[in-house]
Amino acid sequence: MHADNPAQSRKAAALAAFEGLATEPGVAKPDPILVVDKVVRRFGGLTAVDVGHVEIQRGSITALIGPNGAGKTTFFNQLTGFDTADAGEWTFNGQKMNGVPAYKVARHGMVRTFQLTKALSKLTVIENMRLGAQKQRGENFFAGLIPGLWRGEEAAITQRAEDLLTRFKLIAKKDDFAGSLSGGQRKLLEMARALMVQPELVMLDEPMAGVNPALTQSLLGHVKNLREEGMTVLFVEHDMDMVRDISDWVIVMAQGAVIAEGPPHSIMSDARVIDAYLGAHHDAPLSAEEEQQQLEEAEAELAAEADADGDSTKEAGNERV
Amino acid sequence: MDWILIFSRAVEAGIGSEAVIYCLAAIGLNVQFGYTGLLNFGQAAFVAVGAYSIATTVATFGLPLFLGVGIGLVLAVLLALLLGIPTLRLRADYLAIVTIAAAEIVRLVVRAVALKDTFGGTDGLQEFAGTFYGLNPYPEGNYVIPPFIGFDHRTMWILTVGWILVIAVSLLLFLVMRSPWGRVLKAIREDEDAVRSLGKNVFSYKMQSLVIGGVIGSLAGFIFALSRSSAQADLYSTDFTFFAYTVLILGGAARILGPIVGAAIFWFLMIFVKTGLEEAINKNVINFLNVNQVGAIQYMIIGLGLILLLIYRPQGIFGDKREIALDAR
Repeated sequence: MHADNPAQSRKAAALAAFEGLATEPGVAKPDPILVVDKVVRRFGGLTAVDVGHVEIQRGSITALIGPNGAGKTTFFNQLTGFDTADAGEWTFNGQKMNGVPAYKVARHGMVRTFQLTKALSKLTVIENMRLGAQKQRGENFFAGLIPGLWRGEEAAITQRAEDLLTRFKLIAKKDDFAGSLSGGQRKLLEMARALMVQPELVMLDEPMAGVNPALTQSLLGHVKNLREEGMTVLFVEHDMDMVRDISDWVIVMAQGAVIAEGPPHSIMSDARVIDAYLGAHHDAPLSAEEEQQQLEEAEAELAAEADADGDSTKEAGNERV
Repeated sequence: MDWILIFSRAVEAGIGSEAVIYCLAAIGLNVQFGYTGLLNFGQAAFVAVGAYSIATTVATFGLPLFLGVGIGLVLAVLLALLLGIPTLRLRADYLAIVTIAAAEIVRLVVRAVALKDTFGGTDGLQEFAGTFYGLNPYPEGNYVIPPFIGFDHRTMWILTVGWILVIAVSLLLFLVMRSPWGRVLKAIREDEDAVRSLGKNVFSYKMQSLVIGGVIGSLAGFIFALSRSSAQADLYSTDFTFFAYTVLILGGAARILGPIVGAAIFWFLMIFVKTGLEEAINKNVINFLNVNQVGAIQYMIIGLGLILLLIYRPQGIFGDKREIALDAR
């Protein structure tokens, strides 16, 4: 691809990185930003997450899919420090992140959004955005008392926030309460707010849930843009059209474990994935012998039914006489 | 009926020492509940810590008053840390339970018979306010403020100090709540997980809010003890906290002027209704009640008024109706 077209080259670079990789769970990537090892989370007797080994390639868009209850969101919560794992460790840019509290995970550049959007309702849109900026001097109580110490920084933050809002087409709403936005606009605001943190890895938990189709395209565009700006994206999604459209690599979870990985165009025809979504034996007999046995049983049943029918007709006939 | 008497008593209460005390206590709650969303139901404990710190330091140990003020501030910080460390990582309701219990513990400790020598039991402590009134710049006498209210020189002094404290604390909060620090607090009130995901140490901010609100509560305790020249355990029961919440919600939570106007109106109405009823009974305008029933009727009328306020103006006097509308979505 042409060097003067970065959009194409980033996607190409991401795809090239995945070229020829095996589709086994836990396959090693050329340049992983996030490496996860043996993460386990149990809720009483239920093992919600039991992931052996997973790597997320830097600069790519990776989708995490799986049937309901597969443990995708729980896994997200472990990685971002919102829930504590029972076992396992993971590194982000080579730094150990297990046991690190959520706010420190975010400071390291690993920022998430939520399945149920968390707009800060009684703050205005622009205040929501400003909150995302890191290392603000005015966030110290004593410095906060002296406006001169943080006014300049605040102006720079506001400028950056307004640029992002313009990009996400929310600039007209900047002085409205976030609580007055529609569901889709809240998703946009949450994504824009996450970008204020200037993350390296953006983790989106169901970015399309509850978004009307008209807004879906613009959200997709924004997600693709994140990769073009050099960020890595990991997202959970149910919408397979979206997964096929924007992801470079797909990781499939079922019953807490990673069962398959692969490129988006071929992953849905993978036998393990079909099994996970539809059940392994949803329509097929288990073996040739069993098939034969099922056939014989069915035939025997039919014959018995035919006999019974014959008998009952005879009896009915006798009664009539 | 003597309307001048009724109005002068009510206005005096509206700017009097009760108003100052409840105003400061409600400002503390405003930081915790109004801005940060922390349900502190034990503000009475912080007020009691303030009052008993100066009373015990001076009356029991014979040390200077200002040392007592310092001890009160330090103890308020320690109490906030003690309450906050186990509960602030948990859901909001745990803090409510722990603080309401802690307030009762503090009250029962200072009124305990076993500690009578230190805290004075149910009689409380007296004779510690000498230093404070020694500093009184107002010469002895009565001060009439036109058109019809007036205070003696001691009340003038405590009100001057009290309202200066209220103004100073309000100015500080006005500055800090407009800053990025205040923005983090308000964001925590809305959704603390979202704030965590943006790299803010939510626990630390909640703790700062609890400590600041508690310290402001202890200021109310200083004024409470000094204005009465006495510290008595049973004044710091849970009623105190609930009246302070009433003041806050009446004025409008998360507004700088809310607690100030709330306290003034609350005490104006309390005394207006009380004096009005007493006058009406004494002048035989109302003849189906007697003076002993006024106390109960007063609370019924105030309670009815508050219910009507919450129905027709749920945001309080200074609140923004648009914010309440968001909750209904």
